[in-house]
Amino acid sequence: MSKPSSGQHVLLSIVARLGHQVNDALQRLGFATRFFIMLLACSGQSFRRLNLTIREIYFSGFQSLLIIMVSGLFIGMVLGMQGYETLQRYGSADALGVLVALSLVRELGPVVAALLFASRAGSSITAEIGLMKATEQLTAMDMMAVNPIARVVAPRFWGGVISMPLLAALFSATGVFGGYLIGVVFIGVDEGAFWSQMQASVDFRYDVWSGIVKSFVFGVAVSLIAVFEGYDAVPTAEGVSSSIKGTVVKSALAILALDFVLTSFMFRET
Amino acid sequence: MSADNLVEIKDLDFAYDDRPILKGISMEIPRGKVVAIMGGSGCGKTTLLRLIGGQLKPSRGEVLVDGLSVPHLGNDELYALRRRMGMLFQFGALFTDISVFDNVAYQMREHTDLPEELIRDMVLLKLNAVGLRGAHQLMPAELSGGMARRVALARAIALDPMLIMYDEPFAGLDPISLGVIGQLIRKLNDALGATTIMVTHDIQESLLIVDFIYFMSDGKIVALGTPDQIRASKDPFVHQFVFAEADGPVPFHYPAVPIAEELLGRGADEQA
Ligand SMILES: Nc1ncnc2c1ncn2[C@@H]1O[C@H](COP(=O)(O)OP(=O)(O)OP(=O)(O)O)[C@@H](O)[C@H]1O
Ligand SMILES: [Mg+2]
Repeated sequence: MSKPSSGQHVLLSIVARLGHQVNDALQRLGFATRFFIMLLACSGQSFRRLNLTIREIYFSGFQSLLIIMVSGLFIGMVLGMQGYETLQRYGSADALGVLVALSLVRELGPVVAALLFASRAGSSITAEIGLMKATEQLTAMDMMAVNPIARVVAPRFWGGVISMPLLAALFSATGVFGGYLIGVVFIGVDEGAFWSQMQASVDFRYDVWSGIVKSFVFGVAVSLIAVFEGYDAVPTAEGVSSSIKGTVVKSALAILALDFVLTSFMFRET
Repeated sequence: MSADNLVEIKDLDFAYDDRPILKGISMEIPRGKVVAIMGGSGCGKTTLLRLIGGQLKPSRGEVLVDGLSVPHLGNDELYALRRRMGMLFQFGALFTDISVFDNVAYQMREHTDLPEELIRDMVLLKLNAVGLRGAHQLMPAELSGGMARRVALARAIALDPMLIMYDEPFAGLDPISLGVIGQLIRKLNDALGATTIMVTHDIQESLLIVDFIYFMSDGKIVALGTPDQIRASKDPFVHQFVFAEADGPVPFHYPAVPIAEELLGRGADEQA
């Protein structure tokens, strides 16, 4: 029997590794799907104890308020400056309010708020669930006939889903205020025009609604990634730390990819 | 199966991935008794408790608890059974985000509609039994290892279970607590009319309080008997355990190639 050359060896091992990775990925996907179904099935149970979910809204939503509002304010101020710069070249600085509001409500509000939420709240949800798993707290709960998915996972998931649209709305609102601060108060754009043009051009059904839909979808994606990464963490210190990293990276990718998909569905030429 | 046994295990096999851990274990735990399971580190004692609690599924064989086949129970039935089980985990597994008091109260609040005053009295009684009533406001992070273990013990017995499983209740206890906890385990069992399975390495304490002892090695039962039979036993396994000898049939080392081969083999690689 002839020995395979070292080139063949390398090729074989690459193919084998690829096969393994595809296999692992499929298994994880299957596990994630089953996990999501279980999560939904347990949700009724955890909604009956609403205080659990309210607690999580406090932890992930309320405690993210500060970073969301400060970031919104800064982004709005930058938009005010950049927007004024461009618009006044065409003599339409009065439209500054429209520009600031539309960019925030349609795009920046949902996307940036979701990115901030993923790193502020998503990562801590993953860390918490992952550490509970590593220290056998989830197993202990299960042995006490308390379902950890209903008791620990579902409230954190719904807390995130509910918080996200509210945070995005708040982000947009403080952003508009930031734009107003720079545009009207500092630069001196006409205040009446700033607000009235904004009111006339921002369509509730189309612009605001599409922003709400986006932030809701991002909320589901980020919360699901965060609870799943935690629940699926390898129960060691390195395992939990790599899960936290996974939450931040995967959430960011999911948000940006979903934003593209949603925007292309919502885009209309008028 | 005889109705006198609360737990019956028949011909049980279990493997993690491809590595067999339990190989044809059979066991009977009579109602009302305290039974100890002993064996070297890594021989599969914790795994066995997890199989009884239904956290793991065997690849072959039967686990019966109170006449119910644990591996075949549906989710709801399994949870109904687990409400009547208490388990002390090897590493405590206290909930770190709530206080000692809330840890012990956890199952009472989850599974009963008892008024809070009654829960308070019950929790303080349980904590008093393990000598930590005064520590009820502390958070788990503020406890020493031995204290955490005693809180975990109080939590395991919170709902007066019919089957109590302790995974190394004596680990990390000083000699005084050890004696007290040993007596407590015995008294609790008799007072509650419960049945106790205790995994432990402490042969001397066990000989004092248990009714029956199983010795495991390499995934099999290698010896069994009452404390008197164990003391009188000529079996080399038992002898090694009772007198804590390093040499004997129970291996101290995890299976490996001989050390000479490993060290020399590595040297040869480096030279090549
Ligand atoms: N999650 C797991 N995945 C793979 N192997 C495991 C896992 N848990 C335990 N094992 C292996 O199963 C064997 C039995 O483990 P187990 O925890 O039951 O031992 P034990 O008898 O309780 O030991 P100790 O007295 O040290 O607690 C060990 O060899 C261990 O390496
Ligand atoms: Mg063990």
